[in-house]
Amino acid sequence: MNPFVYRACTFMSWLCTLILVLVIGYLLGFLAFKGGPTINTSLFFGDTPIWDALTGRLPVWDGIWPACVGTLLLVGLAAATAIPLGVGAGIYLGEYAQGNGKRILAFLVDLLAGTPSILMGLLGFAAILFVRRLFDLQARTSLLTASLCVGFLVLPYIVRATQTALESVPGDLRTTALALGMTRSQAIIHVMLPRAATGIASGIILAVGRAAEDTAVILLTGVVANAGVPHGLTDKFEALPFHIFYLAAEYQNQDELAQAFGTALILLCLTSILFMATGLISNRLEKQ
Amino acid sequence: MQSHTTSRDMPLHRFLRETLFRETTRICGLICAAIVVTIFAFLLWFSWPLLAQGKIATIVSLAWRPFHGQFGILPMIAGSLSLAIPAMLLAFPMALGITLFAHGLGPRLPGKAVLTLVHFMTSIPTVVYGFAAVFLLIPLLRATFARGSGFSWLAAMLTLTVLVLPTIVLFIHTHFSLVEPQVTRTTQALGMSDTQRLLAVTLPLSRRGLLAGGILGFGRAMGDTMIPLMLSGNAPIMPGSPLASMRTMTAHIALVVATDSQDAAYYSLFACGIILFLTTFAVNLGLRWLESSTSVRT
Repeated sequence: MNPFVYRACTFMSWLCTLILVLVIGYLLGFLAFKGGPTINTSLFFGDTPIWDALTGRLPVWDGIWPACVGTLLLVGLAAATAIPLGVGAGIYLGEYAQGNGKRILAFLVDLLAGTPSILMGLLGFAAILFVRRLFDLQARTSLLTASLCVGFLVLPYIVRATQTALESVPGDLRTTALALGMTRSQAIIHVMLPRAATGIASGIILAVGRAAEDTAVILLTGVVANAGVPHGLTDKFEALPFHIFYLAAEYQNQDELAQAFGTALILLCLTSILFMATGLISNRLEKQ
Repeated sequence: MQSHTTSRDMPLHRFLRETLFRETTRICGLICAAIVVTIFAFLLWFSWPLLAQGKIATIVSLAWRPFHGQFGILPMIAGSLSLAIPAMLLAFPMALGITLFAHGLGPRLPGKAVLTLVHFMTSIPTVVYGFAAVFLLIPLLRATFARGSGFSWLAAMLTLTVLVLPTIVLFIHTHFSLVEPQVTRTTQALGMSDTQRLLAVTLPLSRRGLLAGGILGFGRAMGDTMIPLMLSGNAPIMPGSPLASMRTMTAHIALVVATDSQDAAYYSLFACGIILFLTTFAVNLGLRWLESSTSVRT
């Protein structure tokens, strides 16, 4: 290749990087500049006294508190679905499955990971239609449907993290455990899993982040704009990402717009904190 | 499987505990598989009335006029493709440039910083990208072209490019990190510079990895809902000019569920779903095929 090609490639690569840094820098700066000043207690609670809002004695009408609670419940329930299932399936893939069975299951997990989130929402929506046709005309989408579907959406991250973490534990550790008279399950529970814990944890945090930010799934499975704090699994609910989406399209005045910027910044901070947590964990992993 | 640990070697209670543990994990695995199968089954079940009655022609048509019983989804298929392909064509070279920068075309520290930034980008919620674009990009387009609302193919395409960029960068980066250690010594011994190594050796050796990164990015671009929903204007017509409004299959699903309640429109919804599912399936098959043929070679 002639030197001109090298120089042109280098120039293009600098240019691409520069564009990216400028775009992301501008985006983050814009959000911080517009959203920063709006972050105070009235963003969360509106005019409702904080203590009454926290204890649920008074409903919050013009704050994002119900959306925060909704997202928290959603993420918690989704994690409660996805963590046991994901770690279990990861153990099966990493320790037990062999041959064609393993190959097919691994492909299906990949397929699950690649499935657009709107299809996961459609799964929940179709399930409700299905239930309505066959059993119960009153069935409707709710916090329960949404958290199950979001749980399924983030499941493959946990499966993959668990499998990879187990497979990267040194082989002689497993052999030693078995040679000491441990059974297979004892070796997995007492030796392999503790050793793989950091890897699994980073998968779980990744999954939590995805669960907190996803909008397409909950859009089809029970999120609404003004539900208040949900009181049960079959209630409709609010969520931070949906609140941002809703306000971006439907804001009526400058106050609502300011609230939208505040919410976007809050959600961004939430996912950034999770991102930093994964960073810390993977640093620890590399040191091991 | 595990035939050497039969019940003869261990007491019954222990054998039961082992079996219970193994089977529990197996059931977890089967549930993962069942979710994927259930999605496909539901999509088929709900679009079956259409497929069985040979009404596919009414769905695969240009006209979306729900009040006249016309539920053509061709504009949405065209919308998805016309958004995903150009976004990929733009994102891919940029991603390649950024990865090359991080691997030696740029200085070491900025290279590392850029990788961290790209990692960070994956944690920015999609809805935040969409939100920022509504207030940054849309007014810019409106001012620049002085016509239309700004909610258009162009706005969605540009934002989608930014969204899929980190996926591709990180994929190519992982691939480079596997190839580079194998070639660094040889190229150093030959007296090649970093630039020469990257462009003349690593890059040609990574062809399959690059292709895989492209396929993966295309899958992401096809599957995204929030960016087209928030930015493309959502008119159910064939995409015309870059500044015209259009609708993707993903946005179509979200919109129909949110607004319509008549049963007939639902068929088109699930038809879109099947097409999206088959796209995901094809993308994953392609990736699997590339992966298996690469691992044989290196």
